[in-house]
Amino acid sequence: MALADQSTLRIVLYEGAGATALAGEERFSVLSTLLGQGYAVTRAGSERAVAPADKSSVLVLGRFGAEKPETTTDSSGQVSVRFENLEDTAPEHVIAKVDGVRTTAGAVKQGDWKPWFPVIDYDRCTNCMQCLSFCLFGVYGVDGGQRIQVQNNDNCKTNCPACSRVCPEAAIMFPKYKAGPINGDVVSDKDLNREKMKIDISALLGGDVYHMLRERSEKAQSRFSKERDAEKALSERQKCLVKLAQSGDIPAEVLMSLPSPDEIARRAEEAKAKANAALAAQAPKT
Amino acid sequence: MSQTPQILYCHCNYAQVVPKEVKEAVLRKLCESGVPFEAVADLCEMSARRDPALQRLTQGNAIKIAACYPRAVKWLFAAANAPLPLDRTEVVNMRAETADNVVASLLSMELKPNVPTGKVTASDAPAAETAQA
Ligand code: SF4
Ligand code: SF4
Repeated sequence: MALADQSTLRIVLYEGAGATALAGEERFSVLSTLLGQGYAVTRAGSERAVAPADKSSVLVLGRFGAEKPETTTDSSGQVSVRFENLEDTAPEHVIAKVDGVRTTAGAVKQGDWKPWFPVIDYDRCTNCMQCLSFCLFGVYGVDGGQRIQVQNNDNCKTNCPACSRVCPEAAIMFPKYKAGPINGDVVSDKDLNREKMKIDISALLGGDVYHMLRERSEKAQSRFSKERDAEKALSERQKCLVKLAQSGDIPAEVLMSLPSPDEIARRAEEAKAKANAALAAQAPKT
Repeated sequence: MSQTPQILYCHCNYAQVVPKEVKEAVLRKLCESGVPFEAVADLCEMSARRDPALQRLTQGNAIKIAACYPRAVKWLFAAANAPLPLDRTEVVNMRAETADNVVASLLSMELKPNVPTGKVTASDAPAAETAQA
């Protein structure tokens, strides 16, 4: 199932009327445990607004004494609201209760996938489609207005920010990348002109860079396979891959998992055709 | 409706990009302060899921978000069809600020909008010809 179609569970930590408030340290302990397991938590209170309800299932946690409220629905009748009593529950045991409710509610477990994907800065993007042409994994597409869009976030290769190097406008961010401007830091003129921000686009169109990298990695493999000393071969190969990864910013795992050269050529053609179709659809009608 | 800004804290769960000691100290101080707030495990994952919670967060009061770079946060929300109100959003960068500064900004009643102005959604984006003209 696509990520966007999976339902999630919203947790509300309730400490108002009818419940006993937690001490600051207990609150921290409960919250950090839940966040660490991928849950979103609302610490509700009267002094500031929090986000209103939507269609996500809701679980209310609180110290309700002997009076734990029964499962109910919200005023629309569509959202089920469950309650769990934190009375006599150590913070480290809260997670078992919450996981149980998540399973019953049919909500997804978050955090099984490292959220690594490109984010487009449309203040910079000129809709040139070079990223769409470049990506062999179908991450990019276009919307109804032929605008570039990230469509299949979970197809993106973890830790590979290669497409951000292709973008002539430095408009592609990976928020979890280590350095700016790819991580979302301000783009300077220096960044735009820096050699390593640019990759020869003509070499990329048609997937040549993938082809070349794969060939290089295959050559490296066959050379090393002749080596007698397996350990030395392994370390040499690792060095070679690290070098490749450093120069092109493409992780070794990605290089090693690339499809066959024929498949690369096929996918590159497909991506190029998609980009050309989008560009043609944008052309002014005369 | 009260204009006290909402607070949203991002735990940046699946990467080491926000220093652990900063995010933990911010969360701890928020918990000790007793203020209501929203806490999410990872805004990036919510954006990828087009999580409706992001839409709700943009519809209420002004909002202060403890996460990372304002440019990244702006477009993560936009990608989830939940464009942030640019004049009512302050993003406090836990990658660049100390925990004390982050908490002081979050708890202050004063809002300092700092999300890059410009387009609000992807649909404001120009066609290639316009941009290149
Ligand atoms: S390469 Fe950059 S400017 Fe071109 S469409 Fe992609 S994001 Fe936009
Ligand atoms: S928005 Fe920033 S702080 Fe939050 S999860 Fe993504 S990279 Fe981490």
